[in-house]
Amino acid sequence: MKSDDKSIRWVEEPPLGLAGRSYLPLLVGGMTTTLKHLVGPKMTVESPEQRHAIVDPLGYRGVHRLNRDAQGRVKCVACFLCATACPAHCIDIQAAESPWPDREKYPESFTIDELRCIFCGMCEEACPVDAIELTSLYDLSGKSREEMIFDKAKLLSVYDQTKDAEPMRSAQADLAADAARPDSGRRGEEPT
Amino acid sequence: MYLVIESLIKIVVIIGGLMGAAAYLVLVERRVAAWIQDRRGPNRVGIPLTEIRLFGLGQPIADGVKFIFKEEFVPGHVDRLLYVAAPMVMFIAAIVLFAAIPFGTVDLGIAGWAPINLVVAPGLDVGIIYIFAVSSIAVYGVLLGSWASNNKYAFFGGVRSAAQLISYEIPLGVAILGVVLATGSLRLEAIVEAQAATGVWNVATQPLGLLVFLVASFAESGRLPFDLAESEQELVGGFHTEYSGIKLMMYLVAEYLHMIAGSFLIVLLFFGGWHFWGLTGDGPVAGIGVALVRIAVFLAKVLAVILFFMIARWSWPRFRFDQLMGLAWKVMLPLGLVNLVAVAVWIEYLRTPLVAAGLPEGLVMAVAGWLLLGVAGLAATAAAPSARDNRPDRSLVARYRDAREAR
Repeated sequence: MKSDDKSIRWVEEPPLGLAGRSYLPLLVGGMTTTLKHLVGPKMTVESPEQRHAIVDPLGYRGVHRLNRDAQGRVKCVACFLCATACPAHCIDIQAAESPWPDREKYPESFTIDELRCIFCGMCEEACPVDAIELTSLYDLSGKSREEMIFDKAKLLSVYDQTKDAEPMRSAQADLAADAARPDSGRRGEEPT
Repeated sequence: MYLVIESLIKIVVIIGGLMGAAAYLVLVERRVAAWIQDRRGPNRVGIPLTEIRLFGLGQPIADGVKFIFKEEFVPGHVDRLLYVAAPMVMFIAAIVLFAAIPFGTVDLGIAGWAPINLVVAPGLDVGIIYIFAVSSIAVYGVLLGSWASNNKYAFFGGVRSAAQLISYEIPLGVAILGVVLATGSLRLEAIVEAQAATGVWNVATQPLGLLVFLVASFAESGRLPFDLAESEQELVGGFHTEYSGIKLMMYLVAEYLHMIAGSFLIVLLFFGGWHFWGLTGDGPVAGIGVALVRIAVFLAKVLAVILFFMIARWSWPRFRFDQLMGLAWKVMLPLGLVNLVAVAVWIEYLRTPLVAAGLPEGLVMAVAGWLLLGVAGLAATAAAPSARDNRPDRSLVARYRDAREAR
């Protein structure tokens, strides 16, 4: 950088006046700000008694869940798109032939390593059947690493826990299907 | 024999009180800091194994236990003897100076018992000099610790800290001298009793002295806005970089004790010690009830000053080192001298004729004191020796360009 460059605009700092040189207005101003905040409202949310208000639970990227369809079966069709999309390689799926006539495959086991997951939400975007979704549960913790590797049962239980507060993306379609079906809401006896 | 027992009881009370106070003031500071930052601060730790929280009153105990059980790592490159001795020097110097802090005199009303002077070292005629001398020993703790650490960051921090402590001791002393001159005694009891007898605190008559003393004691305790030796946002820890565990705790507690001692001195010298109008009486000796009220008033004042220290910490930005030194030598020292000379002139030439003319002494002194503060402050502002032009020197840029073109 040349100092005589035409594009450089030299800006003079305004000289300090008498008040500025006495430090007094700044001292008073600093103290006023401090005292205002000392008695002002506090931002702290006292977790775990209070919970953070999550503005958009559907957009929040927390713990995963595996959605169930209207008969209570796992929605996943074991297409491996989520496992392929996952940048952290935390999804492990073992596919098996489906016992149900409406699809070819289903996941015999579906495991997510929550310690490895970076909660980017790409699995959710990749899923063609809206089977995997991220919930707004943010405080997952465990006492061992094994505990943090979520298997299919656990992921489905997360769905059971959160389905009322956060309906599936495709809930509209499912609700319509439920209305048409006489045994709506009942869990099937088929393997899940 | 009675004297020994009495002294021992006083020592136990004051050391126990100080350690408890230091621990709980850390909690107070954390809470105040949190409130200022719109947080709530540590409010969870209460009674162990229960759900009782008590506003976080268990926190200091938990902190202390943590500090004691932490690994005390001694780096291999230190000078072991000095490294171990330095925090002790600092700690002992900080705690010993409370021996001369007077809490008033109590008459128990039992026949045959002399009134008890509530101070560890009663009748210390040079009380304030003693405090001043002992608190200066802190410089040795800082220098020894930084030197023994054998680490250049610690050494730089120590040199900065030592320069700051030594520089600010001069305005501190000069500010004290004004009060001593006005009272005519070096005994802290006498200074308090003089303020109580007239009912006019020194803050009214010597506001300039208070200003100098306040700024100097902020610097002496090494707290913001003068904490450049540590400046935890910018540097490593300063002179206690290499310390850990209980030794670090001794340093930190010693710094806290310096702040507490500074608050005690401010209250004793300028805010009337245990005196409060219409509440504590004004004689030197009090019955047991009044003595308790006096102690409560004294401690309440000290707590208020400490709270001011804590709030000031979050209000003002840190000084640059040249500004710090400029403030000490070019502003605070002259202001302190002006205050000292004004007090001397008042006592020698003005007091007798003005009082003889029937004017109320306290009022005249207060008016004169505040006028002096205004005039001297204005003069210091107008001269502004501490405001340095820190803008880049344009001529240097031109010279650099010329030199480059000549090449």
